[in-house]
Amino acid sequence: MTMDRIDKIIDKYLDEEGVLIQLLLEIQRDFNWIPKEAIKRINERLKIPVSQIYRVASFYTGLSLKPIGRHLVRVCAGTACYVRGGPRVLDSVERILEVKSGETTDDLKFTLETVNCLGCCALGPVIEIDGQYHGKLTPASVEKLLSGYD
Amino acid sequence: MKRLRSPSDLEQFRKDILNKKDPERPAIAICVSTGCEALGVKNVLKSFQEEIEKQNLQGKIDIKETGCLGFCEKGPRIVIYPEEVYYFKVKVADVSEIVSKTLIGKEVIEKLLYTDPTTGKTARRLSEVPFYKYQNRLLLDDNAKVNPKKIEDYIGLGGYSALAKAFFQMTPDQVLDEVKKSKLRGRGGGGFPTGRKWESTRDAVGEPKYVIVNCDEGDPGAFMNRALMEGNPHSILEGLIIGAYAIGASEGFIYVRQEYPLAVENMQLAIDQAEEYGLLGKDILGSGFDFIVKIHKGAGAFVSGESSALMTALEGKVGEPRPKYVHTSEKGVWDKPSTLNNVETWANIPLIINKGAKWFESIGTEGSKGTKIFALAGKVNNTGLVEVPMGMTLRDIIYKIGGGIQKGKKFKGVQTGGPSGGVIPEQYLDSPVDFDELTKLGSIMGSGGMIVMDEDTCMVDMARYFVNFLCDESCGKCVPCREGLKQARKILKRIVAGKGEEEDVSKLQEIAEVTSIASLCALGQTAANPMLTTLRYFNDEYEAHIKEKKCPALVCKELVSYYIDPAKCRACTLCFRNCPVDAIEGERNKIHIIDQEKCTKCGTCFEVCPPAFRAVDRISGEPVPAPVPEEQRFLKREKKGNKGKGAVD
Repeated sequence: MTMDRIDKIIDKYLDEEGVLIQLLLEIQRDFNWIPKEAIKRINERLKIPVSQIYRVASFYTGLSLKPIGRHLVRVCAGTACYVRGGPRVLDSVERILEVKSGETTDDLKFTLETVNCLGCCALGPVIEIDGQYHGKLTPASVEKLLSGYD
Repeated sequence: MKRLRSPSDLEQFRKDILNKKDPERPAIAICVSTGCEALGVKNVLKSFQEEIEKQNLQGKIDIKETGCLGFCEKGPRIVIYPEEVYYFKVKVADVSEIVSKTLIGKEVIEKLLYTDPTTGKTARRLSEVPFYKYQNRLLLDDNAKVNPKKIEDYIGLGGYSALAKAFFQMTPDQVLDEVKKSKLRGRGGGGFPTGRKWESTRDAVGEPKYVIVNCDEGDPGAFMNRALMEGNPHSILEGLIIGAYAIGASEGFIYVRQEYPLAVENMQLAIDQAEEYGLLGKDILGSGFDFIVKIHKGAGAFVSGESSALMTALEGKVGEPRPKYVHTSEKGVWDKPSTLNNVETWANIPLIINKGAKWFESIGTEGSKGTKIFALAGKVNNTGLVEVPMGMTLRDIIYKIGGGIQKGKKFKGVQTGGPSGGVIPEQYLDSPVDFDELTKLGSIMGSGGMIVMDEDTCMVDMARYFVNFLCDESCGKCVPCREGLKQARKILKRIVAGKGEEEDVSKLQEIAEVTSIASLCALGQTAANPMLTTLRYFNDEYEAHIKEKKCPALVCKELVSYYIDPAKCRACTLCFRNCPVDAIEGERNKIHIIDQEKCTKCGTCFEVCPPAFRAVDRISGEPVPAPVPEEQRFLKREKKGNKGKGAVD
């Protein structure tokens, strides 16, 4: 089953050069992470060395070698959010979820990440949860926001 | 769908589009870009659609979903045509009134207009709103007029006429010449003359040649490129195709960071539509010129925005820079000649071709021509995208357009050019903004990030923030950047924690100088700017941290304590109930006390304490007063009227 899904994605990138990052991004989107099987399979079918795939997958923040939670919480750590109190919002999220940035809660409910900039600087501090943006947050309002997810 | 096979086909198509349009027909333009989306514009949009249906107005009123209109602070914003009435901060509750009163009744709703906070006057036209009045929106203006998902909108406004002009009335050499004469400089930060870059790719040996759009806007606090790509993707595409023609490139890449999903979506749509109409692909407009474009998504690495690193990423490899003794314009992607320009640079090209180099050259300063888009953010009243002629002063941008500092605070500095830029202090606010002037001040133009900082911003902490950012993003390939930044971070962390030593400042200075000389790419070479400028302009703050163990801006956690002033506390229990770590003792009618041992300094108490009391103080550089004895904590309330507004029963 997993292999089928991986193969289907690889099929789209067979005859092109320089596709590795795009291919991994698609696997990431589909699986929410890059499973070991995928790395092996890409190596077998595209003849790209495992070391190279691993290097790319570990270099970029958009690719994850660990499974991530049902809800992806991305706290903007950009400059505009920073000067408007972003670090305190991040502190609160870390406290509420009991994980640090880059970690996943034990129940696989939330993964917390920081991101360099979401480009909504007018609304800082900003958090993106599952693709939805939430702006002008405070340590107090973020608690309410997170409690709305299950 | 009809393929356009000649310039006259294109003109005919444009006429058809315009003929179908009734200029008198009411329309609503709603900004649905990422910023307004975060403010809930999707619900407003839905509610307009429902309201129009409810009032049986389908087909009589158009709804146009547009890109960013720039004034993000006051979103969601809508424009009502044909009267061009601008409404700000529109809520779902306002929708039915807008439809009945403004769209049908042609009556302006005063409360939704922009009100000038200084004069109290409302503005009906965009030109009356100070935020827009002082701008020159050559590139951004069309964002309010086109639906980025519809090529017809762009063509209706004259889109692709520059392409037709270049292809059929000019030779590639003439196009290149025009760009050179315009003195356009790269908008991504480097400021390299665009025409010269194009020329060296054109003259380089090797086939095929590539042209690349850099939309890896990794500079935190900047969103100019996102707004252009989300809001008017065809303008970038048209510029790219013209560039390909001048250079002789047959393939193009558009590199967009995956954190911008809407930009990716709109650009892909634009490419598909352009191909359908014969404006891209084989035999463009019947000219015999072939050109294809692919989107490549960036997977999240700041350093990949550097030109040689970006090209390595296009090859599917880890996006790390390489030494550039051989220019990428000669050996770039797969060692083929490649020209890479920023989104904004490409978007300027159709304007230059249509209106001519002379016109373009008339805008701006001696060394920097045209306009520049800045992302004005931070502690400024009017956050948003600002497009101004080069040479406007920082003061005009921040005060006239930006409306000054939030909450009447005092200005402290402005960071231009992102993490690799520098902080410019108040005494240089009257400097004109262009490539060369900013460099003189120790900062850079960068791609256009402009973060305003007020008295509540700690400059040492800011330097730590930027160095920390750059340290994380350093690819690690060269030693000065990898190790130098790591040491600098260590020192800065020490200083903000109150453990700084006397010689730390000179150590930082030394590291900064070596990193800037010896690093491989621009990331390391410019990484010293935030350190050097803060050391130069805000040395007193470093001194305070190191010698007095005091953070004057009351930011650095380790140097700040929170304290409830017993004389001001009204025992409303608000902070007591909101404290996440139960560090506050107290009850109703009993003054609250912070347990300094338990306190994590999250600042929640400071934030929730009602403005009428302002009982929570931040203290730095001096000991926290001892708590008042238990028996003195009880509050005797006078009967009525002494309760502050924010108090909660």
